[in-house]
Amino acid sequence: MRAPTVIAADHFDTYSVVGLLAVVGVLFVAVAFGAGRLLRPVVPTPEKLLTYECGVDPVGEGWAHTQVRYYVYAFLYVIFAVDSVFLFPWATVFAAPGYGATTLVEMFVFLGFLAVGLLYAYKKGVLTWA
Amino acid sequence: MNDALDVAVRLLLVFVAFLVLPLVVGQTEHKVMAHMQGRLGPMYAGGFHGWAQLVADGVKFAQKEDVVPKDADRRVFQLAPAVALLPYLLVLVAIPVAPGSVGAVVDAGIFFALAVMGVGVLGSLMAGWASANKFSLLGGLRTAAQLLAYELPMLLAAASVAMAAGTVSLTGVLDAFEWWWVPWQIVGALVFFVAGLAELQRPPFDMPVADSEIIFGAYTEYTGLRFALFLLAEYAGIVVLCGLTTVLFLGGWHGPWGADGLGWVWTLLKTAALAFVVIWLRVSYPRLREDQLQKLAWTTLVPLALAQIALTGIVKVAIS
Repeated sequence: MRAPTVIAADHFDTYSVVGLLAVVGVLFVAVAFGAGRLLRPVVPTPEKLLTYECGVDPVGEGWAHTQVRYYVYAFLYVIFAVDSVFLFPWATVFAAPGYGATTLVEMFVFLGFLAVGLLYAYKKGVLTWA
Repeated sequence: MNDALDVAVRLLLVFVAFLVLPLVVGQTEHKVMAHMQGRLGPMYAGGFHGWAQLVADGVKFAQKEDVVPKDADRRVFQLAPAVALLPYLLVLVAIPVAPGSVGAVVDAGIFFALAVMGVGVLGSLMAGWASANKFSLLGGLRTAAQLLAYELPMLLAAASVAMAAGTVSLTGVLDAFEWWWVPWQIVGALVFFVAGLAELQRPPFDMPVADSEIIFGAYTEYTGLRFALFLLAEYAGIVVLCGLTTVLFLGGWHGPWGADGLGWVWTLLKTAALAFVVIWLRVSYPRLREDQLQKLAWTTLVPLALAQIALTGIVKVAIS
């Protein structure tokens, strides 16, 4: 009963150090911005606050319509990335005594699925610029 | 009390490394690029070979006016540089430098590093969207597209090391390391490094900031200190990427000799050598197009990473 408690405490100790560093980082940025405010001049003019468009007056809105051509990659990415996350817990135990051959076959099944998916996407032509 | 002091010293060292190493890489870049192009580079600031050039740049940045465009989404615009920068500070804490010398032993180190590095990209996306500028928006979209291209090969290559070591802890990887892992994992190492370059938007993968096409991408509207923080994030990113590649694929503190006392020297040397390669690539290669990166990632890097996983699996089961 006692040992797991200690491990859990250690576990959060590490992340509290990380959290402490995050606080240091936020302080650093805050101090930098604060000091910057004291050091720099503030002389806004309407021209300065204009959106930059190569020197001419901006046309239309900055949040313009653009064709996002990458959305198919986004689908592919989500599917593959979610699959791949499961690799990590498996990776730590797959060669443990008694697993060896079975997990290796599993790995090839997994890789096979990914490869077939990739090949399908390739054949469908989604991996080339439309 | 001793523990608190220990933690404070570690955090201080990580923080100092975070502030100093990116500047060293930046100055090296000035000098290496200059000499590769038959120039001298900065020679004036600080006297000796312009060593203080980046300090002078910092002073200049701090004194410049901070302009937030009228149409911009003010809060998000102002926060973006911090979001881009701080994740690299957090990853740095998990990178082991020598046996026992690590900011914090994060038990899921590989996972932690990859997850937190991914957050940094949000800074570019925030900047790209909040600027309300067409160039920034295009840059932000390219950043997003780039994320889709490199994240998967990077993850798979890192998984291969986790399989080899049987752990996802960075110190665990180094404890299990043998010299023949370098040739064994070399394909994974290349995939990881190339994908990392794409994450950092370094040439030849700098199309999100392509200065000759879209001004400076997501950072077009930034000036002064906030712009400086974006630059610092890029160089901190180089340090983190090279450090991670060193730890995962090149054996970190292990070296042919002197590994007992001089482990940290090996880590720093390997990291510096990789940083040199990053600079070298910037000088040597032209910029890819965004779709060329997608093609490279999906038809070359991902299959190579999958092949590396297969190889790792077979060898690992064969020897155990």
